[in-house]
Amino acid sequence: MSDPASTRHSTAAAETPDASARSESMPLIAASDINKSFAGRPVLQHVDITLNAGKAVTLIGPNGAGKTTLVRILLGLLAADSGTIRRQDDLRIGYMPQRVAVEATMPLTVQRFLKLARRQSTERISEALRLLSIEHLAEQQLIALSGGELQRVLLARALLPDPHLLILDEPAQGVDLTGQAELYQLIGRLRADLGCGVLMISHDLHLVMSATDEVVCLNHHICCHGEPDQVSNDPAFIDLFGPNLSPGLALYTHNHNHEHDIAGDVKSCDH
Amino acid sequence: MPLAQLLQAEFFYFALLAGVSLALVAGPLGSFIVWRRMSYFGDTLAHSALLGIAIGLITDSNAQLSIVISCLVLAFILTLLDRKPTLSSDTLLGILAHSSLAIGILVLALTSSQRVNLEAYLFGELLTVAGQDLLWIMVVIAIVASLLLRFWNDFLAITVHAELAEIEGLNVRGLNLLLVMLLALTIAVSMKIVGVLLITSLLIIPPAAARQLAKTPEKMALIASGIGIASVFTGVLTAFYLDTPVGPTIVVVATLVFFLLAAFSGKSSA
Repeated sequence: MSDPASTRHSTAAAETPDASARSESMPLIAASDINKSFAGRPVLQHVDITLNAGKAVTLIGPNGAGKTTLVRILLGLLAADSGTIRRQDDLRIGYMPQRVAVEATMPLTVQRFLKLARRQSTERISEALRLLSIEHLAEQQLIALSGGELQRVLLARALLPDPHLLILDEPAQGVDLTGQAELYQLIGRLRADLGCGVLMISHDLHLVMSATDEVVCLNHHICCHGEPDQVSNDPAFIDLFGPNLSPGLALYTHNHNHEHDIAGDVKSCDH
Repeated sequence: MPLAQLLQAEFFYFALLAGVSLALVAGPLGSFIVWRRMSYFGDTLAHSALLGIAIGLITDSNAQLSIVISCLVLAFILTLLDRKPTLSSDTLLGILAHSSLAIGILVLALTSSQRVNLEAYLFGELLTVAGQDLLWIMVVIAIVASLLLRFWNDFLAITVHAELAEIEGLNVRGLNLLLVMLLALTIAVSMKIVGVLLITSLLIIPPAAARQLAKTPEKMALIASGIGIASVFTGVLTAFYLDTPVGPTIVVVATLVFFLLAAFSGKSSA
Protein backbone atom coordinates (compact mmCIF):
# COMPACT_ATOMS: atom_id res chain seq x y z
CA MET A 1 0.00 0.00 0.00
CA SER A 2 2.51 2.63 -1.04
CA ASP A 3 0.07 5.31 -1.95
CA PRO A 4 1.99 8.57 -2.20
CA ALA A 5 -1.12 10.54 -1.25
CA SER A 6 -1.62 8.66 1.96
CA THR A 7 -0.16 9.58 5.27
CA ARG A 8 0.37 7.31 8.22
CA HIS A 9 -1.29 7.92 11.51
CA SER A 10 0.41 7.36 14.79
CA THR A 11 -2.08 7.88 17.55
CA ALA A 12 -3.51 6.02 20.48
CA ALA A 13 -5.31 3.76 18.03
CA ALA A 14 -2.04 2.26 16.91
CA GLU A 15 -1.04 1.33 20.43
CA THR A 16 -4.28 -0.40 21.24
CA PRO A 17 -4.88 -2.64 18.30
CA ASP A 18 -8.01 -4.45 19.48
CA ALA A 19 -11.20 -3.72 17.59
CA SER A 20 -13.22 -2.17 20.41
CA ALA A 21 -10.55 0.42 21.14
CA ARG A 22 -10.43 1.26 17.46
CA SER A 23 -14.13 2.02 17.32
CA GLU A 24 -13.75 4.51 20.13
CA SER A 25 -10.91 6.47 18.63
CA MET A 26 -9.77 7.08 15.08
CA PRO A 27 -11.58 6.32 11.87
CA LEU A 28 -10.25 3.23 10.05
CA ILE A 29 -9.78 5.26 6.90
CA ALA A 30 -10.37 8.97 6.46
CA ALA A 31 -10.07 10.35 2.97
CA SER A 32 -10.53 14.01 2.23
CA ASP A 33 -10.65 16.12 -0.90
CA ILE A 34 -9.81 13.22 -3.21
CA ASN A 35 -9.44 14.14 -6.85
CA LYS A 36 -8.73 11.80 -9.72
CA SER A 37 -8.92 12.15 -13.48
CA PHE A 38 -8.33 9.67 -16.27
CA ALA A 39 -7.02 11.13 -19.51
CA GLY A 40 -8.11 14.63 -18.48
CA ARG A 41 -11.63 13.50 -17.62
CA PRO A 42 -12.37 14.09 -13.95
CA VAL A 43 -13.70 10.94 -12.29
CA LEU A 44 -13.59 12.04 -8.67
CA GLN A 45 -13.84 15.62 -7.49
CA HIS A 46 -13.40 16.78 -3.90
CA VAL A 47 -14.55 13.49 -2.43
CA ASP A 48 -14.53 13.05 1.35
CA ILE A 49 -15.28 9.74 2.97
CA THR A 50 -14.73 8.37 6.47
CA LEU A 51 -14.94 4.74 7.47
CA ASN A 52 -15.35 3.84 11.13
CA ALA A 53 -15.11 0.56 12.99
CA GLY A 54 -18.46 -1.17 13.43
CA LYS A 55 -20.17 1.10 10.90
CA ALA A 56 -21.38 0.15 7.45
CA VAL A 57 -21.17 2.69 4.65
CA THR A 58 -22.73 2.06 1.25
CA LEU A 59 -21.47 3.78 -1.86
CA ILE A 60 -24.24 4.21 -4.35
CA GLY A 61 -24.29 5.88 -7.74
CA PRO A 62 -24.89 5.29 -11.44
CA ASN A 63 -22.52 3.33 -13.67
CA GLY A 64 -19.33 5.24 -14.33
CA ALA A 65 -19.83 7.47 -11.29
CA GLY A 66 -16.37 6.66 -9.95
CA LYS A 67 -17.38 4.21 -7.23
CA THR A 68 -14.83 1.55 -8.10
CA THR A 69 -12.14 4.19 -8.64
CA LEU A 70 -12.76 5.56 -5.16
CA VAL A 71 -12.56 2.07 -3.66
CA ARG A 72 -9.32 1.36 -5.51
CA ILE A 73 -7.87 4.58 -4.12
CA LEU A 74 -8.99 3.68 -0.58
CA LEU A 75 -7.42 0.25 -1.01
CA GLY A 76 -4.15 1.83 -2.11
CA LEU A 77 -4.24 0.19 -5.55
CA LEU A 78 -4.48 3.54 -7.27
CA ALA A 79 -2.93 6.88 -6.38
CA ALA A 80 -5.20 9.90 -6.16
CA ASP A 81 -4.15 13.01 -8.08
CA SER A 82 -4.59 15.05 -4.92
CA GLY A 83 -6.12 14.75 -1.48
CA THR A 84 -5.16 12.97 1.71
CA ILE A 85 -5.88 9.46 2.89
CA ARG A 86 -5.27 8.50 6.49
CA ARG A 87 -5.30 4.83 7.31
CA GLN A 88 -4.92 3.33 10.73
CA ASP A 89 -1.62 1.57 11.24
CA ASP A 90 -1.68 -2.14 10.49
CA LEU A 91 -5.20 -1.88 9.17
CA ARG A 92 -6.36 -5.29 7.99
CA ILE A 93 -8.71 -5.04 5.04
CA GLY A 94 -10.83 -7.91 3.75
CA TYR A 95 -11.71 -7.27 0.13
CA MET A 96 -14.40 -8.92 -1.92
CA PRO A 97 -13.93 -8.20 -5.62
CA GLN A 98 -16.84 -7.59 -7.94
CA ARG A 99 -16.33 -10.87 -9.69
CA VAL A 100 -13.87 -13.68 -10.02
CA ALA A 101 -13.74 -15.14 -13.48
CA VAL A 102 -12.14 -18.50 -12.87
CA GLU A 103 -10.65 -20.05 -15.97
CA ALA A 104 -12.42 -23.29 -16.79
CA THR A 105 -8.98 -24.70 -17.56
CA MET A 106 -7.92 -24.40 -13.91
CA PRO A 107 -9.17 -27.05 -11.54
CA LEU A 108 -9.71 -25.24 -8.24
CA THR A 109 -11.71 -26.30 -5.21
CA VAL A 110 -13.20 -23.80 -2.79
CA GLN A 111 -10.75 -24.99 -0.12
CA ARG A 112 -7.73 -24.50 -2.41
CA PHE A 113 -9.01 -21.08 -3.46
CA LEU A 114 -9.22 -19.99 0.18
CA LYS A 115 -5.74 -21.40 0.78
CA LEU A 116 -4.41 -18.94 -1.80
CA ALA A 117 -5.05 -16.06 0.56
CA ARG A 118 -1.87 -14.74 2.09
CA ARG A 119 -3.20 -14.58 5.61
CA GLN A 120 -4.94 -17.87 6.27
CA SER A 121 -4.86 -21.02 8.32
CA THR A 122 -6.88 -24.22 8.21
CA GLU A 123 -8.74 -23.11 11.35
CA ARG A 124 -9.61 -19.70 9.95
CA ILE A 125 -10.80 -21.26 6.70
CA SER A 126 -13.12 -23.65 8.55
CA GLU A 127 -14.35 -20.76 10.67
CA ALA A 128 -15.08 -18.58 7.62
CA LEU A 129 -16.86 -21.46 5.87
CA ARG A 130 -18.95 -22.00 9.00
CA LEU A 131 -19.84 -18.30 9.39
CA LEU A 132 -21.16 -18.28 5.84
CA SER A 133 -22.82 -21.71 6.15
CA ILE A 134 -20.92 -23.11 3.17
CA GLU A 135 -18.94 -25.91 4.82
CA HIS A 136 -20.51 -28.33 2.36
CA LEU A 137 -18.93 -26.48 -0.58
CA ALA A 138 -15.31 -26.90 0.57
CA GLU A 139 -14.45 -29.64 -1.93
CA GLN A 140 -16.59 -28.27 -4.77
CA GLN A 141 -14.97 -26.88 -7.89
CA LEU A 142 -15.17 -23.09 -8.02
CA ILE A 143 -16.50 -23.07 -11.59
CA ALA A 144 -19.39 -25.35 -10.60
CA LEU A 145 -20.81 -22.90 -8.03
CA SER A 146 -23.97 -20.85 -8.48
CA GLY A 147 -23.78 -17.05 -8.37
CA GLY A 148 -24.90 -16.89 -4.75
CA GLU A 149 -22.52 -19.64 -3.65
CA LEU A 150 -19.57 -17.97 -5.39
CA GLN A 151 -20.34 -14.65 -3.67
CA ARG A 152 -20.33 -16.42 -0.30
CA VAL A 153 -16.98 -18.02 -1.08
CA LEU A 154 -15.56 -14.61 -2.00
CA LEU A 155 -16.96 -13.18 1.22
CA ALA A 156 -15.35 -16.07 3.13
CA ARG A 157 -11.99 -15.17 1.61
CA ALA A 158 -12.47 -11.54 2.62
CA LEU A 159 -12.97 -12.72 6.22
CA LEU A 160 -9.71 -14.70 6.34
CA PRO A 161 -7.36 -11.86 7.39
CA ASP A 162 -9.60 -11.16 10.44
CA PRO A 163 -10.32 -7.76 8.93
CA HIS A 164 -10.92 -4.46 10.70
CA LEU A 165 -12.60 -3.31 7.52
CA LEU A 166 -14.55 -5.23 4.89
CA ILE A 167 -14.67 -3.68 1.45
CA LEU A 168 -17.29 -5.28 -0.78
CA ASP A 169 -17.60 -4.34 -4.44
CA GLU A 170 -21.17 -5.11 -5.50
CA PRO A 171 -21.45 -8.13 -3.22
CA ALA A 172 -24.83 -9.19 -4.60
CA GLN A 173 -23.88 -9.19 -8.25
CA GLY A 174 -25.15 -12.17 -10.18
CA VAL A 175 -27.37 -13.27 -7.28
CA ASP A 176 -31.14 -13.62 -7.59
CA LEU A 177 -33.39 -11.29 -5.65
CA THR A 178 -34.10 -13.53 -2.64
CA GLY A 179 -30.43 -14.42 -2.52
CA GLN A 180 -29.51 -10.73 -2.51
CA ALA A 181 -31.68 -9.99 0.50
CA GLU A 182 -30.15 -12.97 2.29
CA LEU A 183 -26.63 -11.88 1.42
CA TYR A 184 -27.17 -8.38 2.77
CA GLN A 185 -28.68 -9.79 5.96
CA LEU A 186 -25.61 -11.97 6.27
CA ILE A 187 -23.29 -9.00 5.81
CA GLY A 188 -25.22 -7.09 8.47
CA ARG A 189 -24.89 -10.03 10.86
CA LEU A 190 -21.17 -10.45 10.16
CA ARG A 191 -20.56 -6.79 10.90
CA ALA A 192 -22.35 -7.10 14.23
CA ASP A 193 -20.53 -10.34 15.11
CA LEU A 194 -17.05 -9.26 14.05
CA GLY A 195 -17.32 -5.57 14.94
CA CYS A 196 -15.60 -4.57 11.72
CA GLY A 197 -16.31 -1.58 9.52
CA VAL A 198 -17.92 -2.20 6.15
CA LEU A 199 -17.76 -0.34 2.88
CA MET A 200 -20.07 -1.61 0.15
CA ILE A 201 -20.66 -0.60 -3.40
CA SER A 202 -24.24 -1.16 -4.43
CA HIS A 203 -26.74 -0.28 -7.10
CA ASP A 204 -29.79 -1.02 -5.05
CA LEU A 205 -30.42 1.19 -2.06
CA HIS A 206 -33.65 -0.59 -1.21
CA LEU A 207 -31.97 -3.95 -0.63
CA VAL A 208 -28.97 -2.54 1.13
CA MET A 209 -30.92 -0.28 3.50
CA SER A 210 -31.18 -2.76 6.34
CA ALA A 211 -27.48 -3.54 6.26
CA THR A 212 -26.04 -0.04 6.20
CA ASP A 213 -25.71 2.88 8.61
CA GLU A 214 -24.74 5.49 6.09
CA VAL A 215 -25.26 5.95 2.38
CA VAL A 216 -22.93 8.01 0.25
CA CYS A 217 -24.37 8.94 -3.10
CA LEU A 218 -21.58 9.46 -5.60
CA ASN A 219 -21.63 10.86 -9.09
CA HIS A 220 -18.04 12.05 -9.58
CA HIS A 221 -18.59 14.20 -6.52
CA ILE A 222 -20.61 13.40 -3.43
CA CYS A 223 -24.20 14.39 -4.18
CA CYS A 224 -25.55 13.62 -0.75
CA HIS A 225 -24.91 11.37 2.20
CA GLY A 226 -26.56 10.35 5.43
CA GLU A 227 -28.76 7.64 6.87
CA PRO A 228 -30.53 5.46 4.30
CA ASP A 229 -34.02 6.98 4.55
CA GLN A 230 -32.55 10.45 4.73
CA VAL A 231 -30.71 9.89 1.49
CA SER A 232 -33.65 8.28 -0.25
CA ASN A 233 -35.56 11.50 0.37
CA ASP A 234 -32.77 13.76 -0.71
CA PRO A 235 -33.55 15.71 -3.87
CA ALA A 236 -30.06 15.00 -5.20
CA PHE A 237 -30.64 11.28 -4.81
CA ILE A 238 -34.08 11.42 -6.43
CA ASP A 239 -32.64 13.50 -9.22
CA LEU A 240 -30.01 10.84 -9.86
CA PHE A 241 -32.13 7.74 -9.56
CA GLY A 242 -35.68 8.98 -10.15
CA PRO A 243 -38.53 8.84 -7.65
CA ASN A 244 -39.47 5.26 -8.45
CA LEU A 245 -36.24 3.46 -7.69
CA SER A 246 -38.32 0.95 -5.82
CA PRO A 247 -41.91 0.94 -4.55
CA GLY A 248 -40.79 1.06 -0.93
CA LEU A 249 -38.68 4.12 -1.49
CA ALA A 250 -41.31 5.94 -3.49
CA LEU A 251 -43.64 5.60 -0.53
CA TYR A 252 -41.13 7.12 1.88
CA THR A 253 -40.43 9.89 -0.56
CA HIS A 254 -44.05 10.91 -0.72
CA ASN A 255 -44.45 11.04 3.04
CA HIS A 256 -41.52 13.25 3.83
CA ASN A 257 -41.00 15.32 0.78
CA HIS A 258 -43.93 17.70 0.51
CA GLU A 259 -41.89 20.69 -0.44
CA HIS A 260 -40.28 18.94 -3.41
CA ASP A 261 -41.60 18.31 -6.83
CA ILE A 262 -41.31 14.59 -7.46
CA ALA A 263 -40.92 15.11 -11.20
CA GLY A 264 -37.28 15.96 -10.55
CA ASP A 265 -37.27 19.73 -10.96
CA VAL A 266 -35.31 20.12 -7.77
CA LYS A 267 -31.60 20.13 -8.34
CA SER A 268 -29.21 20.49 -5.48
CA CYS A 269 -26.19 19.54 -7.51
CA ASP A 270 -25.16 19.88 -11.11
CA HIS A 271 -23.79 17.00 -13.09
CA MET B 1 19.42 -50.00 -35.08
CA PRO B 2 18.65 -52.92 -32.76
CA LEU B 3 17.49 -52.09 -29.26
CA ALA B 4 20.59 -53.50 -27.52
CA GLN B 5 22.81 -51.24 -29.55
CA LEU B 6 20.57 -48.26 -28.96
CA LEU B 7 20.70 -48.81 -25.24
CA GLN B 8 24.47 -48.55 -25.36
CA ALA B 9 24.53 -45.34 -27.34
CA GLU B 10 25.43 -42.25 -25.36
CA PHE B 11 23.31 -39.89 -27.45
CA PHE B 12 20.21 -41.92 -26.61
CA TYR B 13 20.57 -41.14 -22.92
CA PHE B 14 21.50 -37.53 -23.59
CA ALA B 15 18.36 -37.15 -25.67
CA LEU B 16 16.17 -38.79 -23.05
CA LEU B 17 17.62 -36.75 -20.19
CA ALA B 18 17.23 -33.48 -22.08
CA GLY B 19 13.67 -34.32 -23.08
CA VAL B 20 12.69 -35.50 -19.60
CA SER B 21 14.12 -32.36 -17.94
CA LEU B 22 12.11 -30.18 -20.26
CA ALA B 23 8.93 -32.23 -19.76
CA LEU B 24 9.36 -31.92 -16.01
CA VAL B 25 9.11 -28.10 -15.94
CA ALA B 26 6.82 -27.99 -18.97
CA GLY B 27 4.08 -29.50 -16.78
CA PRO B 28 3.76 -26.67 -14.23
CA LEU B 29 4.96 -23.89 -16.56
CA GLY B 30 2.67 -25.03 -19.35
CA SER B 31 -0.24 -25.14 -16.91
CA PHE B 32 0.26 -21.43 -16.30
CA ILE B 33 0.31 -20.80 -20.04
CA VAL B 34 -3.03 -22.62 -20.33
CA TRP B 35 -4.58 -20.89 -17.30
CA ARG B 36 -3.40 -17.44 -18.34
CA ARG B 37 -4.13 -17.95 -22.05
CA MET B 38 -0.57 -17.17 -22.98
CA SER B 39 0.07 -19.71 -25.72
CA TYR B 40 0.38 -17.04 -28.37
CA PHE B 41 2.80 -15.25 -26.08
CA GLY B 42 4.86 -18.46 -25.90
CA ASP B 43 4.87 -18.72 -29.68
CA THR B 44 6.18 -15.20 -29.99
CA LEU B 45 8.99 -15.93 -27.55
CA ALA B 46 9.84 -19.12 -29.40
CA HIS B 47 10.03 -17.38 -32.74
CA SER B 48 12.31 -14.78 -31.27
CA ALA B 49 14.71 -17.58 -30.39
CA LEU B 50 15.43 -17.92 -34.10
CA LEU B 51 16.18 -14.22 -34.21
CA GLY B 52 18.57 -14.88 -31.34
CA ILE B 53 20.42 -17.47 -33.39
CA ALA B 54 20.69 -15.05 -36.27
CA ILE B 55 22.05 -12.34 -33.99
CA GLY B 56 24.49 -14.86 -32.54
CA LEU B 57 25.74 -15.70 -36.03
CA ILE B 58 26.13 -12.07 -37.07
CA THR B 59 27.94 -11.05 -33.93
CA ASP B 60 29.84 -14.34 -33.86
CA SER B 61 28.89 -14.93 -30.23
CA ASN B 62 27.75 -18.01 -28.36
CA ALA B 63 24.51 -19.28 -29.91
CA GLN B 64 22.94 -20.52 -26.65
CA LEU B 65 23.65 -17.26 -24.91
CA SER B 66 22.28 -15.09 -27.69
CA ILE B 67 19.11 -17.20 -27.80
CA VAL B 68 18.58 -16.77 -24.06
CA ILE B 69 19.27 -13.06 -24.18
CA SER B 70 16.99 -12.38 -27.14
CA CYS B 71 14.17 -14.38 -25.51
CA LEU B 72 14.57 -12.53 -22.21
CA VAL B 73 14.73 -9.14 -23.90
CA LEU B 74 11.64 -9.84 -25.99
CA ALA B 75 9.77 -11.14 -22.94
CA PHE B 76 10.63 -7.95 -21.09
CA ILE B 77 9.51 -5.75 -23.99
CA LEU B 78 6.26 -7.69 -24.28
CA THR B 79 5.40 -7.23 -20.61
CA LEU B 80 6.10 -3.50 -20.95
CA LEU B 81 3.87 -3.21 -24.01
CA ASP B 82 1.19 -5.25 -22.30
CA ARG B 83 0.61 -2.36 -19.90
CA LYS B 84 -0.41 -0.06 -22.74
CA PRO B 85 -4.09 -0.79 -23.27
CA THR B 86 -4.14 1.25 -26.48
CA LEU B 87 -2.39 -1.54 -28.37
CA SER B 88 -4.18 -4.79 -29.06
CA SER B 89 -1.84 -7.34 -27.58
CA ASP B 90 -3.09 -9.99 -29.96
CA THR B 91 -2.12 -7.96 -33.01
CA LEU B 92 1.13 -6.92 -31.43
CA LEU B 93 2.11 -10.50 -30.63
CA GLY B 94 1.25 -11.50 -34.19
CA ILE B 95 3.47 -8.81 -35.63
CA LEU B 96 6.40 -9.58 -33.34
CA ALA B 97 6.09 -13.37 -33.64
CA HIS B 98 6.13 -13.54 -37.40
CA SER B 99 8.50 -10.67 -38.06
CA SER B 100 11.12 -12.15 -35.73
CA LEU B 101 10.68 -15.54 -37.39
CA ALA B 102 10.99 -13.99 -40.86
CA ILE B 103 13.99 -11.87 -39.94
CA GLY B 104 15.66 -14.88 -38.33
CA ILE B 105 15.20 -17.03 -41.44
CA LEU B 106 16.34 -14.19 -43.67
CA VAL B 107 19.53 -13.62 -41.73
CA LEU B 108 20.27 -17.33 -41.61
CA ALA B 109 19.83 -17.50 -45.39
CA LEU B 110 22.13 -14.51 -45.97
CA THR B 111 24.88 -15.99 -43.83
CA SER B 112 24.56 -19.28 -45.69
CA SER B 113 28.32 -19.59 -45.90
CA GLN B 114 28.07 -21.23 -42.51
CA ARG B 115 25.49 -23.69 -43.85
CA VAL B 116 23.17 -23.71 -40.91
CA ASN B 117 20.56 -26.42 -40.78
CA LEU B 118 17.35 -24.41 -40.65
CA GLU B 119 15.21 -27.48 -40.16
CA ALA B 120 17.07 -28.35 -36.98
CA TYR B 121 16.19 -24.97 -35.50
CA LEU B 122 12.59 -25.14 -36.59
CA PHE B 123 11.86 -28.71 -35.46
CA GLY B 124 14.66 -29.51 -33.05
CA GLU B 125 17.47 -32.04 -33.20
CA LEU B 126 17.25 -33.89 -29.94
CA LEU B 127 19.58 -36.67 -31.03
CA THR B 128 22.48 -34.28 -31.54
CA VAL B 129 22.30 -33.05 -27.93
CA ALA B 130 25.89 -33.27 -26.71
CA GLY B 131 27.25 -33.37 -23.17
CA GLN B 132 27.66 -29.63 -22.95
CA ASP B 133 24.17 -28.95 -24.33
CA LEU B 134 22.74 -31.31 -21.78
CA LEU B 135 24.54 -29.62 -18.92
CA TRP B 136 23.30 -26.22 -20.11
CA ILE B 137 19.72 -27.47 -20.44
CA MET B 138 19.75 -29.12 -17.02
CA VAL B 139 21.23 -26.14 -15.19
CA VAL B 140 18.68 -23.74 -16.66
CA ILE B 141 15.81 -26.19 -16.04
CA ALA B 142 16.95 -26.62 -12.42
CA ILE B 143 16.88 -22.84 -11.91
CA VAL B 144 13.45 -22.55 -13.51
CA ALA B 145 12.09 -25.48 -11.49
CA SER B 146 13.33 -24.16 -8.15
CA LEU B 147 11.90 -20.68 -8.77
CA LEU B 148 8.59 -22.18 -9.89
CA LEU B 149 8.46 -24.20 -6.70
CA ARG B 150 9.44 -21.27 -4.52
CA PHE B 151 6.79 -18.91 -5.96
CA TRP B 152 4.17 -21.50 -6.84
CA ASN B 153 1.46 -20.21 -4.50
CA ASP B 154 2.12 -16.59 -5.45
CA PHE B 155 1.96 -17.37 -9.16
CA LEU B 156 -1.33 -19.17 -8.58
CA ALA B 157 -2.72 -16.28 -6.55
CA ILE B 158 -1.97 -13.68 -9.25
CA THR B 159 -3.37 -16.01 -11.91
CA VAL B 160 -6.69 -16.54 -10.12
CA HIS B 161 -7.21 -12.88 -9.19
CA ALA B 162 -4.46 -10.33 -9.68
CA GLU B 163 -6.26 -7.50 -7.87
CA LEU B 164 -7.04 -9.61 -4.82
CA ALA B 165 -3.42 -10.77 -4.72
CA GLU B 166 -2.20 -7.18 -4.90
CA ILE B 167 -4.47 -6.09 -2.05
CA GLU B 168 -3.14 -8.98 0.01
CA GLY B 169 0.34 -7.59 -0.51
CA LEU B 170 1.82 -9.49 -3.45
CA ASN B 171 4.01 -7.71 -5.97
CA VAL B 172 1.89 -8.60 -8.99
CA ARG B 173 4.03 -6.84 -11.58
CA GLY B 174 7.22 -8.40 -10.32
CA LEU B 175 5.70 -11.86 -10.20
CA ASN B 176 4.28 -11.46 -13.70
CA LEU B 177 7.66 -10.49 -15.00
CA LEU B 178 9.34 -13.38 -13.22
CA LEU B 179 6.88 -15.89 -14.65
CA VAL B 180 7.42 -14.56 -18.16
CA MET B 181 11.19 -14.71 -17.68
CA LEU B 182 10.97 -18.34 -16.56
CA LEU B 183 8.97 -19.06 -19.67
CA ALA B 184 11.53 -17.28 -21.84
CA LEU B 185 14.39 -19.25 -20.28
CA THR B 186 12.64 -22.56 -20.77
CA ILE B 187 11.80 -21.80 -24.37
CA ALA B 188 15.36 -20.70 -25.04
CA VAL B 189 16.90 -23.96 -23.86
CA SER B 190 14.26 -26.22 -25.32
CA MET B 191 14.90 -25.04 -28.85
CA LYS B 192 17.42 -27.82 -29.32
CA ILE B 193 14.86 -30.36 -28.16
CA VAL B 194 11.70 -29.69 -30.16
CA GLY B 195 12.55 -26.59 -32.18
CA VAL B 196 11.05 -23.14 -32.53
CA LEU B 197 7.78 -24.19 -34.11
CA LEU B 198 6.87 -26.94 -31.69
CA ILE B 199 7.99 -25.65 -28.27
CA THR B 200 4.63 -24.18 -27.31
CA SER B 201 2.87 -27.42 -28.17
CA LEU B 202 5.03 -29.34 -25.71
CA LEU B 203 4.17 -26.71 -23.10
CA ILE B 204 0.42 -26.68 -23.58
CA ILE B 205 -0.62 -30.16 -24.77
CA PRO B 206 0.35 -32.11 -21.60
CA PRO B 207 -1.48 -29.66 -19.24
CA ALA B 208 -4.49 -29.62 -21.55
CA ALA B 209 -4.55 -33.41 -21.43
CA ALA B 210 -4.05 -33.41 -17.64
CA ARG B 211 -6.92 -30.98 -17.06
CA GLN B 212 -9.49 -33.74 -17.45
CA LEU B 213 -7.91 -35.82 -14.67
CA ALA B 214 -7.09 -33.15 -12.08
CA LYS B 215 -9.08 -31.60 -9.23
CA THR B 216 -6.42 -29.15 -8.02
CA PRO B 217 -3.86 -27.00 -9.84
CA GLU B 218 -1.02 -29.00 -8.30
CA LYS B 219 -2.35 -32.29 -9.58
CA MET B 220 -2.83 -30.83 -13.02
CA ALA B 221 0.79 -29.68 -13.12
CA LEU B 222 2.13 -33.03 -11.87
CA ILE B 223 0.02 -35.13 -14.22
CA ALA B 224 1.09 -32.83 -17.06
CA SER B 225 4.74 -33.49 -16.21
CA GLY B 226 4.01 -37.20 -16.21
CA ILE B 227 2.30 -37.09 -19.59
CA GLY B 228 5.18 -35.00 -20.95
CA ILE B 229 7.82 -37.47 -19.73
CA ALA B 230 5.88 -40.43 -21.11
CA SER B 231 5.56 -38.62 -24.44
CA VAL B 232 9.30 -37.99 -24.57
CA PHE B 233 10.12 -41.67 -23.91
CA THR B 234 7.57 -42.99 -26.36
CA GLY B 235 8.40 -40.32 -28.91
CA VAL B 236 12.15 -40.94 -28.86
CA LEU B 237 11.72 -44.71 -29.21
CA THR B 238 9.08 -44.39 -31.92
CA ALA B 239 11.25 -41.95 -33.86
CA PHE B 240 14.04 -44.52 -33.82
CA TYR B 241 11.95 -47.31 -35.20
CA LEU B 242 10.04 -45.25 -37.73
CA ASP B 243 13.08 -43.14 -38.58
CA THR B 244 11.09 -39.93 -38.15
CA PRO B 245 12.19 -36.53 -36.80
CA VAL B 246 12.20 -36.76 -33.00
CA GLY B 247 10.63 -33.40 -32.02
CA PRO B 248 7.50 -33.79 -34.15
CA THR B 249 7.17 -37.44 -33.07
CA ILE B 250 7.12 -36.43 -29.38
CA VAL B 251 4.48 -33.80 -30.09
CA VAL B 252 2.35 -36.30 -32.03
CA VAL B 253 2.52 -38.76 -29.13
CA ALA B 254 1.47 -36.03 -26.65
CA THR B 255 -1.40 -35.07 -28.93
CA LEU B 256 -2.56 -38.69 -29.11
CA VAL B 257 -2.57 -38.82 -25.30
CA PHE B 258 -4.62 -35.63 -25.24
CA PHE B 259 -7.26 -37.02 -27.59
CA LEU B 260 -7.36 -40.37 -25.84
CA LEU B 261 -7.97 -38.70 -22.48
CA ALA B 262 -10.51 -36.29 -23.97
CA ALA B 263 -12.46 -39.16 -25.50
CA PHE B 264 -12.21 -41.22 -22.33
CA SER B 265 -13.33 -38.46 -19.96
CA GLY B 266 -16.02 -37.36 -22.40
CA LYS B 267 -17.44 -40.87 -22.26
CA SER B 268 -17.26 -41.19 -18.48
CA SER B 269 -18.94 -37.85 -17.82
CA ALA B 270 -21.74 -38.45 -20.33
